[in-house]
Amino acid sequence: MTADVAGPSSGSPSRAEDVILRTEGITKRFGAVVALRGVDMHLERGEVLGLVGDNGAGKSTFVKILTGFQPPDAGRIYLEGQEVSFHSVTDARRHGIETVYQDLALVPQLTVFQNLFLNREVTSLGKIGWLSNRRMRRLAAEYLHDIRVNVPDINAEVELLSGGQRQAIAVARATRQNAKILLLDEPLAAMGAKESTLIIDLVKDLSKNRGMSMIVIDHNYTHLFELCDRLNVIQQGRVTVNKRVSETSVEELTELMVAEYRRQVREGQAPTGS
Amino acid sequence: MSDVALAEGASSGSPAPQFAGRGSPRSLLGSVVQRRESTVVVVTIGVLIYFALRTSTLYSVANIITIAQYIASIAVLGAAQVLLLVLAEIDLSQGQVYLTAPWFVYLLWADGIAFGWAVAITLACCVIIGAINGIVLVWLKVPSLIVTLAVNYALFGLVLVESNAIQQNMPGTTGHLGIWLGIGSWSTILWALGISTIIWVLLKRTRFGTHVTATGGNELAAAEAGVPVGRVKIWCFMISSLAAGFMGILDAIRIQSINPGNSGLDIVLPAIVAAVIGGTALTGGRGTIVGTVIGALFLGVLEDGFNLIGVSANWFYLVEGVVILVAMAINNQLGVLAARTRR
Repeated sequence: MTADVAGPSSGSPSRAEDVILRTEGITKRFGAVVALRGVDMHLERGEVLGLVGDNGAGKSTFVKILTGFQPPDAGRIYLEGQEVSFHSVTDARRHGIETVYQDLALVPQLTVFQNLFLNREVTSLGKIGWLSNRRMRRLAAEYLHDIRVNVPDINAEVELLSGGQRQAIAVARATRQNAKILLLDEPLAAMGAKESTLIIDLVKDLSKNRGMSMIVIDHNYTHLFELCDRLNVIQQGRVTVNKRVSETSVEELTELMVAEYRRQVREGQAPTGS
Repeated sequence: MSDVALAEGASSGSPAPQFAGRGSPRSLLGSVVQRRESTVVVVTIGVLIYFALRTSTLYSVANIITIAQYIASIAVLGAAQVLLLVLAEIDLSQGQVYLTAPWFVYLLWADGIAFGWAVAITLACCVIIGAINGIVLVWLKVPSLIVTLAVNYALFGLVLVESNAIQQNMPGTTGHLGIWLGIGSWSTILWALGISTIIWVLLKRTRFGTHVTATGGNELAAAEAGVPVGRVKIWCFMISSLAAGFMGILDAIRIQSINPGNSGLDIVLPAIVAAVIGGTALTGGRGTIVGTVIGALFLGVLEDGFNLIGVSANWFYLVEGVVILVAMAINNQLGVLAARTRR
């Protein structure tokens, strides 16, 4: 259906066992409005996939379906080859799909290590829940060291950290909790160059050295080209462009998107659907 | 990849780079300014010195007992209130629970129930009152300010109806138990220190306390992480009511009479003031039990000191109001300064 545009081009999937997440014909309607018209996409293990699209293109609806926030009207989701359906956000998380929001994830008044262990505190004395702070500090330091997150003081309140450091802590918490797939919502928003470097390095390291698969949602091309291995453009509720970052450019992507818009206008806006 | 000069510095003691404020040796001023309790310690020492210079009786044993008995309930109610303030909630019914609990004990006792049982049943009722506060807040989404104010008035009315607005003598118990339950002149302050310590441990050293801070600091994030935020809130209201009811019973046994006309708001507001001058934010996420207890001491010394030097009672509230304003202004300015020295 979208094959004519997305095509068997550069971004085609390799072997089936390398694909951690695949969707087929995801469709979603809100009353008369068709938000998604059959989204086919795949995510490879250890890959960073960028989702691009204008507001209203269906990008956020698609993400809400992936995170279990709402169910699709039609279509299938395969996680590691198995068909799955998510009934809630908790459900999706249990399957290993975590979303990281920069400001929603952390408690500013708690320290770095307290945030990392929020609701997974290491305690003793059974029901009393006496905090083993020393142990949590050590584990947190080791883990951050492992994933090369450079946070100055593990006892600092998160409020005192920069946006980039907070984002890194939020990502670290999600990965520590056995996430298989991370969804990052505008991870570089409102960050300076130094801050961005912190996150870009973390994302690259997690994908290359730890095989973490990630989906980055953003509409800033510069950010996406820095972070991602491959880009999917969503227009009018379907994936219209599927390109490896190394084989394309901002100019080419823009041209492809404009061409697609022209095509849609020429064909009278209303696609026939599948 | 960037250098790995990591957080291990926190435990090994090597200061991490780019974080001068906390990792590196602190200046004395910095560490004083950063303590949330600094203001209340300074103003409390101030009033202690001032009244010691103005009167010779401040440090007499009898007077210290007077102050201790006055501040015991303020300290406990304030400490329990801190749990709610950290949640960015408030419990205005605390004072009326404090006043109502001895009435429950009296009425049950008057019906022929043994004193010990009357106390036990009353404390259970206090927990239920707290649960009602919390449940109405969590399930019906009524702001805690309104819920607890409504409960405050309802309990006030209940006391007036059940007592026919007539003052009564508080029943009590004798022997060792009686001495521990309010009759011994040190018993209330010892209970107060014990209960405040328990609440402090609860807030700072347990999983529950972390969840209280998380819920008050960023409820959405806490809920996202799976913290049962509603249950955490209900628990805090139950603790608050239980602590208030218990202190009310102790004080009533000590004073030996119970007056249905007393207003709970006159009891709870000083407790909130103690918490807030102590350094607890009304905006949630931050609270200090130590500061609250010192805040209670401050209010106690202020009231007692004015009595000792013979300032007319008419002046007392005026001075108290001004002192609270000044203390809070200093608190806020120190907060700004602390934020600067930390960076």
